Amino acid sequence: MEISEIIQILLLVFLIISALAVSFYKNLMQAILIFMGYSTIMSIIWLFLESPDLAITEAAVGAGVTSVLFFLTLKKTHMLEGTRDNG
Amino acid sequence: MAKLPKGGLSRFVAWVNGEEVVDDLKHGHHKEKKTKAKYLPHLTMEQRLLGYRILGVLICSIFVLILLATVSKLPTFGSPNNPASNEVVERYIESGIEETGAINLVAGMILDYRAFDTFGESNVLFLAVISVVMLLKRDRNNFDEDDEKILNEDIDLDDEDDNIILKRFTMIIFPLITLYGVYVILNGHLSPGGGFSGGAIIGAGLILFDTAFGQSAVRKFFNFKRFTYISVGCLLTYCACKSYSFFTGANHLENIIPKGIPGNILSGGLILPLNICVGLIVACTMYGFYALFTRGEI
Repeated sequence: MEISEIIQILLLVFLIISALAVSFYKNLMQAILIFMGYSTIMSIIWLFLESPDLAITEAAVGAGVTSVLFFLTLKKTHMLEGTRDNG
Repeated sequence: MAKLPKGGLSRFVAWVNGEEVVDDLKHGHHKEKKTKAKYLPHLTMEQRLLGYRILGVLICSIFVLILLATVSKLPTFGSPNNPASNEVVERYIESGIEETGAINLVAGMILDYRAFDTFGESNVLFLAVISVVMLLKRDRNNFDEDDEKILNEDIDLDDEDDNIILKRFTMIIFPLITLYGVYVILNGHLSPGGGFSGGAIIGAGLILFDTAFGQSAVRKFFNFKRFTYISVGCLLTYCACKSYSFFTGANHLENIIPKGIPGNILSGGLILPLNICVGLIVACTMYGFYALFTRGEI
């Protein structure tokens, strides 16, 4: 087995683990952070699948903008712990 | 926005069951007045919650099973006999560079062969941002003095913080992010990337700048008026640029725009201007979402 194949399998395992972890974490903030990790892993997998176009978009939108919007939604609904609104 | 009530789930369950929660103002304390639940009235709250959990797991498992069954029926990945490898792909790969003038075949596809679809996607993004503006933009219907007080306190708290690391770091990295985004947009027809990715990168850079220096700094070069002009202007430019192929019967026979030499930065016909339009729309939209979600203003 080549090294790139091993890395791909490892990445896929990480992908499944993080996808499951997002749904099992009770703390929404941690769930969003894991979701960011999921997007980053996915963008590396896109690179291995030879679609760098998608990799750039996934990294910018999936890991960047979507997570920021999730954080803002948490703040807007006063669910973020440690801020002025919620303890 | 109202604070979420404590025990949101039980409140939700009560709401689903048609029970009302009434504040008893006369006696100065909260009293829950229960009307009879519409469905299965003999069950208690705990039994209901358990029921919802079981139903949720059941529905999710059914969906997972359906999706897995569909995946097992899909053709194998990368096999040459896939239905996707037909004469369309052959035509794209064989004569794509010649017909579109773009080395990046993906850009050639989405902005030349399939430009009408991309126009639809840009419109979807534009409609999304219009809905967000309608819902979240500050006006007298969804904003009162209390909200304004909280907002001003937030801004003051942000100003008090020096955030020296964030500010210095942003000063260094913001120009680099913007430059990279511009590079990705301008080289969309030569290398991986294009309008959407580059626009998202510039938008993320603007969000970082906003977080570090506050909205007043962004207002100096970007306000709601410019946001509107750029978005609408780019969409109209895109529409006008791409109309020619529909007026000439969408057959690319009478193309008046020169293709240039494939590989040069000024090549690929209309792909470069279309990439710039899409990039500007996406950058505006991303930053617009952020600004509207945080403060309800761009």
